[in-house]
Amino acid sequence: MARMTDFSDAEQHHHLDKIKDFPDFGEAPFVAGPALTKRRVAIVTTAGLHLRSDRPFDSGAADYRVIPGDAPAADLIMSHLSVNFDRTGFQEDINVVFPLDRLRELAAEGVVASVAEIHYSFMGATQIRALETKARELAGLLKKDRVDAVLLSPV
Amino acid sequence: MGALGHYLEREGIPTAQISLIREQTAAIRPPRALWVPFMLGRPFGAPGAPDFQRSVLRALLSLFERAAGPVLEDFSEDAPGEPDAEGGFACPVSFAADQAQRKGLAGALRSEIAQLSSWYELALRRRGRTTVGVFGTTVDAAVRHVLSYLDGHPEDPPSGMTAGAAVKRACDDIKAYYSEAAAAQPGNLSSRAIEQWFWSETAAARALLAIRDLCLVSDDASLKPLGKLSLIPRTVSAAGGRQT
Repeated sequence: MARMTDFSDAEQHHHLDKIKDFPDFGEAPFVAGPALTKRRVAIVTTAGLHLRSDRPFDSGAADYRVIPGDAPAADLIMSHLSVNFDRTGFQEDINVVFPLDRLRELAAEGVVASVAEIHYSFMGATQIRALETKARELAGLLKKDRVDAVLLSPV
Repeated sequence: MGALGHYLEREGIPTAQISLIREQTAAIRPPRALWVPFMLGRPFGAPGAPDFQRSVLRALLSLFERAAGPVLEDFSEDAPGEPDAEGGFACPVSFAADQAQRKGLAGALRSEIAQLSSWYELALRRRGRTTVGVFGTTVDAAVRHVLSYLDGHPEDPPSGMTAGAAVKRACDDIKAYYSEAAAAQPGNLSSRAIEQWFWSETAAARALLAIRDLCLVSDDASLKPLGKLSLIPRTVSAAGGRQT
């Protein structure tokens, strides 16, 4: 359930009340690209994932962590600030949040051309505008990895 | 999440995002978004359901084939496998209420951790991984840190951590330990059932609520915000400390 009607009145109010504070992004940019079968795909999650050996996210963090494509699921943990989303799914199966195994399967089937070597993680509980600088930096890294399709996965 | 779509796309990187709250995504208007009717925390639907996860992923990837945007499409199929806990549930591990009174909160918490250890180890063996470890390498370090606050003699946070970050991470490790242990028990408990059990029946929940109360009156700038927002789910706080 994440239909608005599935939430309590208070939760509906909480989620809808945030909208008034969203920045106005104006017209959405829309970058064309090659056919899906020619694309190289990376995952960028805002689930606050990181390597067990990496720094956990601090409150309000707008930076990102690097997730190597060959990192075993056992090496990835979550330090998201929020306690208002389910973590049992992630605990059981990382692909419910970070579907790298599924993406590799689709690449093997030829649905996409390839999977990026490196993926990235932000921690979603932060100020929207604060993400801009690091997102710009991230775009440069993604280009160097020849990524032309990014899947954005929230929690 | 929608903001990242704008920012990356402005730099020339095509993006497609999962939307968990449609109204928010419609307001931000990212370049490509697929709204899914799944619970928060499960953007690809359900754990252990690779076929379903692949179908969500295929639908998300298909947005890259659109000629113009912004695109906000709906994935209308519900996630499989999450049992409905509306009718109640029974967790095989039940902690007697009088145990907490005899041993005090600290003793009750330690006793629960010990009683759950075989279930936690079973979960670890089955899954080959644990999500405990944000604070320390084992849950024991997290328990010790939380109890030091309840004893009135707070441990110093580990080097480089604020007091608030240490408490938050210790509490998250304890919660993860309980959730993983409960999920290993027979009956394939739903996430809702595990939440209900944790917040209604465990000394760990009472410890977290007590820590929340300490944070709220703390002068430490890193602890006070925790008490308001980041230790207890809003639905639990609204119900006076019990999961509804």
